[in-house]
Amino acid sequence: MAKLDWPQQGKAALLGKRHDRIDGVAKASGAARYAYDILEDNMVLARVLGCPHAHCRVKSIDVKPALKVPGVVAAEALKKPGDEIQWQGDLVAVVAGETEGAIAEGLAAIKVQYEVLDVFAQDDDLEAAQKAKRTRRAGQSTKLERDIPDEVEDEEAWEEQELQRLFKECDKVIEGQYGIPVITHMCLEPHGSTCLWQGDKLIAHLSTQNVSGTAGQFAGPLGIPATDVTIHCDYIGGGFGSKFAADTWGVTAASLAKKLGRPVKLMLDRDLELKNAGTRPSGFIKVKVGVDGNGVVKVWDSHHWGTNGIGGGVVSQGVIPYVFDPPNRRRRATGIRVNAAPARAWRAPNHPQGAVLSQCAYDDVARELGIDSYEVFQRNLQRVSNGKTEVYREQMEIAAKLMDWKAKWHPHGKGPRNGSVVTGLGMALHTWGGAAHNSTAELKIHPDGSVEISLGSQDLGTGTRTVIALVVAETLGLKPEQVKVNIGYSTYPPSGPSGGSTTVGGVSESSRRAATAALNQLLDKVAGKLGVPAARLEAKDGRIQDSQNPETCISWKDACSLLGMSPLVAKGEYRRGRTKTNLSSSQVAGVQMAEVAVDLETGIVRMKKFVAVQDMGLIINRKAAESQVQGGVIMGIAYALFEERILDPQTGAFLNAELSDYLLPRLGDVGEIVVHLYEPPSEYQRGVVGLGEPPVISPGAAISNAVCNATGVRVPTLPLTPKRVLDALAKAQG
Amino acid sequence: MKNFEYAAPRTEEEALALLAQRPDQTAVLAGGTDLVPLMKKMLVTPQRVVNIKNIDSLRGIHAHSQGVTIGAVTTLDQLLEAPELEPYPAVKQVIAKLGSLQLQCQMTLGGELCRRPQCWYFRNGYGLLGRRGQLVEQGDNRYHAILDNQGPAKFVSPSRLAPALIALGAVVRVAGPGQQETTVPVERLYRTPKDDHQRELTLSPAQLLTHVLPKLSQGTLNATYEVKHGTGPQPPLATASVALELDGSGVVRSARVVMGQVAPVPWRSREAEEVLVGQRIGYELAELAGAAAVAPATPLSQNQYKVQIAKTAVKRAVLLAAGLETGGL
Repeated sequence: MAKLDWPQQGKAALLGKRHDRIDGVAKASGAARYAYDILEDNMVLARVLGCPHAHCRVKSIDVKPALKVPGVVAAEALKKPGDEIQWQGDLVAVVAGETEGAIAEGLAAIKVQYEVLDVFAQDDDLEAAQKAKRTRRAGQSTKLERDIPDEVEDEEAWEEQELQRLFKECDKVIEGQYGIPVITHMCLEPHGSTCLWQGDKLIAHLSTQNVSGTAGQFAGPLGIPATDVTIHCDYIGGGFGSKFAADTWGVTAASLAKKLGRPVKLMLDRDLELKNAGTRPSGFIKVKVGVDGNGVVKVWDSHHWGTNGIGGGVVSQGVIPYVFDPPNRRRRATGIRVNAAPARAWRAPNHPQGAVLSQCAYDDVARELGIDSYEVFQRNLQRVSNGKTEVYREQMEIAAKLMDWKAKWHPHGKGPRNGSVVTGLGMALHTWGGAAHNSTAELKIHPDGSVEISLGSQDLGTGTRTVIALVVAETLGLKPEQVKVNIGYSTYPPSGPSGGSTTVGGVSESSRRAATAALNQLLDKVAGKLGVPAARLEAKDGRIQDSQNPETCISWKDACSLLGMSPLVAKGEYRRGRTKTNLSSSQVAGVQMAEVAVDLETGIVRMKKFVAVQDMGLIINRKAAESQVQGGVIMGIAYALFEERILDPQTGAFLNAELSDYLLPRLGDVGEIVVHLYEPPSEYQRGVVGLGEPPVISPGAAISNAVCNATGVRVPTLPLTPKRVLDALAKAQG
Repeated sequence: MKNFEYAAPRTEEEALALLAQRPDQTAVLAGGTDLVPLMKKMLVTPQRVVNIKNIDSLRGIHAHSQGVTIGAVTTLDQLLEAPELEPYPAVKQVIAKLGSLQLQCQMTLGGELCRRPQCWYFRNGYGLLGRRGQLVEQGDNRYHAILDNQGPAKFVSPSRLAPALIALGAVVRVAGPGQQETTVPVERLYRTPKDDHQRELTLSPAQLLTHVLPKLSQGTLNATYEVKHGTGPQPPLATASVALELDGSGVVRSARVVMGQVAPVPWRSREAEEVLVGQRIGYELAELAGAAAVAPATPLSQNQYKVQIAKTAVKRAVLLAAGLETGGL
């Protein structure tokens, strides 16, 4: 009998080793077809008209002139008179046509009259937001060591007094302000789909993170059963949390296709993509911390604000303070409604902001007390929110060695100066869940020995196909290239959406279960043939063999020929919270350290070295795991040094909604990245844990802290652009 | 982009004839790195596009007794590799740090000089002056002008090569309208618009920039220093190009200092030049030149930092031209 549990550490044939992706060549060579690449016969293109105003009411809309443009085949209004529009770029109308030129002229011909309304766009300015009545309370919570006495009536007033008392007891009280602006997802492949109908059935080639979960989102608005919808996505050019839905534009493409009786391709233009299809909420904070002489935080009191768009939400107060869990704390949050589209989940929702808004303050404790930041972080590990004190401690030691922290460290602003250039170190730490999502897989072993596994999952670009192939091959004693992996169709057994680092756990669970079940059926057949009890048989190196006497064996192919005419089919199913498992778990830690150089004359920050130490339970594909961490760090460097959404304060226009203006790093900007995958037996035994989010969380705080260490000055708000660095230096000099 | 009529003439005469018919509705296409995005955003909606890349006489680099003549459709990577341009590090330094191999290979010299401003109010359809400058003045002006910004124009001149070519005393040959032909200093290609009817380029729509001719006496030291946020192709925050003639004893006989990305035109700093002339180049003198260059700056609400950056660019360009260490990152 094949065991469901993972092989013991060090005993696996494939798992944990370095593997190229099975679809790497297809992606690198351009053979991989993304939703954007889909071309159907007789297809028409469609584009949408974005509203030029950030806040307005539609007075009238007339699409008929568009229909007069030669080559335009359809034009429809997506808003009606009286509709209020709350952000620039909101979709007003759609035009389908034979050529891009015809569509552009059609869009230009549409006549819309707007009544322009007041705009608010300054999410960093709490006072202005209050004046404009754009704020709302987004929660407050207080935790104190002393219980509130029974006789107290005004609890908030008592808490305020208690906090003041606690601050007085502290050796030092430090105040700071920090911020992290809205950024976009900037998926290289924008949102969109190509939709076609076969009779009453819809096929949507959709750029999605959610192959199994979007059919109903099309079916509902179209008034058809979900059984008549097939979602297809072989490859996705970036999602990062923004591509879980069918979205208005998806449903619009499907309904246009139905109406025209022709396939319709509708992908968002870059600027409309950025204006509509997802951003990460901003956070700005005022913090007061009280510490003892060693830099251990005893009291935390903070108020943060920011926006998630017109809804007026803000970074969850649950991540403040982040990871560290001081004995006394009060946190308050205020949301600001700005004229911008609603935010969407962005890789590790809330956590990168939590890290910046909290751990810059912990680093300022080190700066104010003149203590090594490493010491302050280490001393505060006594109280962490996830109980991983010892994991952090070990990870910090490893990271410090890789960074050569002790040799390079100097107190904030007191390092050697080489002309106008100073260098500095900073660190941060993070946490994430990463539990497996629900997943069902169907595995077939054909009588000719070929193997295929099908599940309605998707590859976000991180190597999901390869993970599935490795798990199945490991289980069946085959090579990964012997396993055909079928994902990307909603007709396959359902698997969860790829969000929150849940995919690797989910697909490993279902694939391992399906492959083990299939193998056990096969072993039953082989047992009779070899005259060895099935319980003693194992699949290894392309053979089924007697584990006690490996010479008694049969090749994989011959074993499969025992199946007769029909393939053997087995299912593997994992349901979070219901399926008992040793295969996966959740909760990771992670420590990152940054070394930067700063040019004090130009404000330029350059990455010198970055160290990421990360646990993720059991590693399936070491190479992909390292890539995943590298990618997260690069994305983190991007928002630490370059990225931000810039809204015009007067008009609410999204000023930098093109790749030419939205700054991103190039490879020349990321410096040396050292990845250490932390996998002691204690981690391996936990099984698979998701890795997608964790590595993107700490870079903002670590880099901000490194710049502060280099210059001795806190640049309060990310990204740390030359402007912000020079402004902060000028302010510090008075 | 809208539909348009496309022409690909083989000679200058044909091109000029195509431009002459409806100059205001005609756009000249070379590398397309600027025109195509402008057309996609419908900021430019020509009825006719004239592609001049197939005109042989506009291509190539020719050295002759008076210097070098460079065809307007020569691509920047060709300039980078051209031995004829060895005396002009001020030009090559810009191209080498363009930050995009694709742009290097696609962008033409003439096109680079005629780019439209990257000002985000302009690129988002609010016009080049953005409500007579009010949008920029009260809006997000972090990348806008710190000099010559007291009128309605507050964008910055986008060309990265113009400052270098002006420092090198370059002229351009301009053909058209019709049979006419003139020679214009690069400096005079640009102006600060006073109202919405004025473009920032002085060429008329019926004219064609055909060749660029750097003028430089032998042995002139020259360099460009760009302060860039990151290694990508985005515009630098400020740049400076410097050309210095020294006498036998190392004293500066003449100097040209031209800043980029700081004003609606490439900004020649006579103040910095005066500091340099008659002195020997050294660290302190370079610092003084930088300070003199930004002394007249009038920063807007959010671009005070650019004063410091422009100052540093001038200082480091002077040092680089003189073959001294610039320092910095």
